[in-house]
Amino acid sequence: MAEVIVPKLEWRDVSKRFDGPQVLAGLDLAVAPGRSLVIIGGSGQGKSVAIKIALGLIPADSGQVLIDGVDVAGLSAQDHAQFFARVGMLFQGGALFDSLSVWENIAFRLINAERMPRREAKARALEVLGLVRLGSHVADLYPSELSGGMQKRVGLARAIIGNPEILFFDEPTTGLDPITASAINALIRDRVSSLGCTAVSITHDLASARTIADEIAMLHQGRIVWRGDAHELDTTDNPHIRQFVDGRADGPINADV
Amino acid sequence: MVASAQVVDGPDSGPPAPAAWPDRLLSPFTAIGAGSIVAAASIGRVALFAARALRAALTPRWYFGQILRQLYAIGFLSLPVVGMTAVFTGAALALNIWTGGSRFNAEEAMPQIVAIGITRELGPVMAALMLAGRVSAAIASEIGAMKATEQIDAMVTLSTDPYRYLIAPRLLAAVIMLPLLTLLADIIGIGGGWLVGVRVLDMSPTIYIQNTWDFLQNWDVESGLVKAAVFGFIVALMGCYNGITAKGGARGVGRATTQAVVSSAILILAADYLLTSLFTRI
Repeated sequence: MAEVIVPKLEWRDVSKRFDGPQVLAGLDLAVAPGRSLVIIGGSGQGKSVAIKIALGLIPADSGQVLIDGVDVAGLSAQDHAQFFARVGMLFQGGALFDSLSVWENIAFRLINAERMPRREAKARALEVLGLVRLGSHVADLYPSELSGGMQKRVGLARAIIGNPEILFFDEPTTGLDPITASAINALIRDRVSSLGCTAVSITHDLASARTIADEIAMLHQGRIVWRGDAHELDTTDNPHIRQFVDGRADGPINADV
Repeated sequence: MVASAQVVDGPDSGPPAPAAWPDRLLSPFTAIGAGSIVAAASIGRVALFAARALRAALTPRWYFGQILRQLYAIGFLSLPVVGMTAVFTGAALALNIWTGGSRFNAEEAMPQIVAIGITRELGPVMAALMLAGRVSAAIASEIGAMKATEQIDAMVTLSTDPYRYLIAPRLLAAVIMLPLLTLLADIIGIGGGWLVGVRVLDMSPTIYIQNTWDFLQNWDVESGLVKAAVFGFIVALMGCYNGITAKGGARGVGRATTQAVVSSAILILAADYLLTSLFTRI
């Protein structure tokens, strides 16, 4: 009898509409523990909204988001704080706090949520700074003094400092040159493997998707239109994937220009 | 014939169809009704925000480092602007009262009127309006920019409540510092009146001070400080509310900043009237 694996994270029939069109229309998607799922899709297809709903930053109109089988919408404030201690998020623009130095950004959770003494938190931040291949000389700089690639690394360091069970990446390589993007992808793959955590990334950068994904799902008009292992991306005959991978204007996806 | 021609021409040409007149007649009421609903919704949103912000400010956990930082930014850094405003307001008030009072031989009462005018009204109101311009705008633009760059979302994912970390320290600092700034504005404003009285109007320095001191009652100063605490709450609340509800990138942040200043100023003046009405019954 096959063992039933409870997904680490699951969107179950999740719908969301803002003032305009329907962004998510019954999203059903699950990620098994320890797997790296990349959600691809065009701009405005609801990828960021799906992640923000999973994090509880935006409420869903209907449906459920389950972590280890537990609906996160039903968590108390106390449980929600504990929930956030189990996740890490790398935001698209880094979302580093301008008024804090690099090490204070990385140690933000330790100092403010876990009340760790600043000296101890700084030592831990410097340690994690090394894991994202940044030298300790950047620790006292401010985010505005860093390049885009360095900001992403600091954002990644901030996301992994609490040893999360689930890591979310929102467009991790957007705005970076190909070499820096490749380095960030390798770093993400390395950190996710080392931590043994579940990863959910959204991107429209196929090079990034191929590097960091175990599985890929394509979101179009609020629903998953294809899902498969990363290596199937180039062999599937799904028309949505073929158009997206080939970068053609004609096909089932209308270019929104 | 006429009706069919209108149909052919379409709605943009010719006079409106007769059937549309009830709508046209009711359109002002529709506009008033829609405006009232929007206004009521805005008041409700501000009230809910204020309740949540107050809860965060009055219950643990407090981020003392952030509170100290805001006490410095809101209080200490506002000293020059409040001091300059107060000295010129006191000086101009003295000249005006002297000129007006001389019409019925009451110019000698100028020090007392300057003192009561500054402590009960102009000290708290001028200090609050300066803070509306300096602090409310700064809070709205800082929090608005943080929202636009997802820093507020990031804070939530780092298990830190933005209401406790960002909003409560600003509210507490403004409520604590505006009365202190007002006390300073009272002293400097009366000093401005004294300078005009002594240097321009040849009054005796000691008699000016004596008249002011003998005439002022504790409640004159205290009522101004109570007003200042309320104004401080308004300044910080409007800055935080407009910042955290900012939408649409840089343009939205700019709009939030303007709204913070305008709404703070209007609410300060409205609250001033209400509090003055209340205090003058005491």
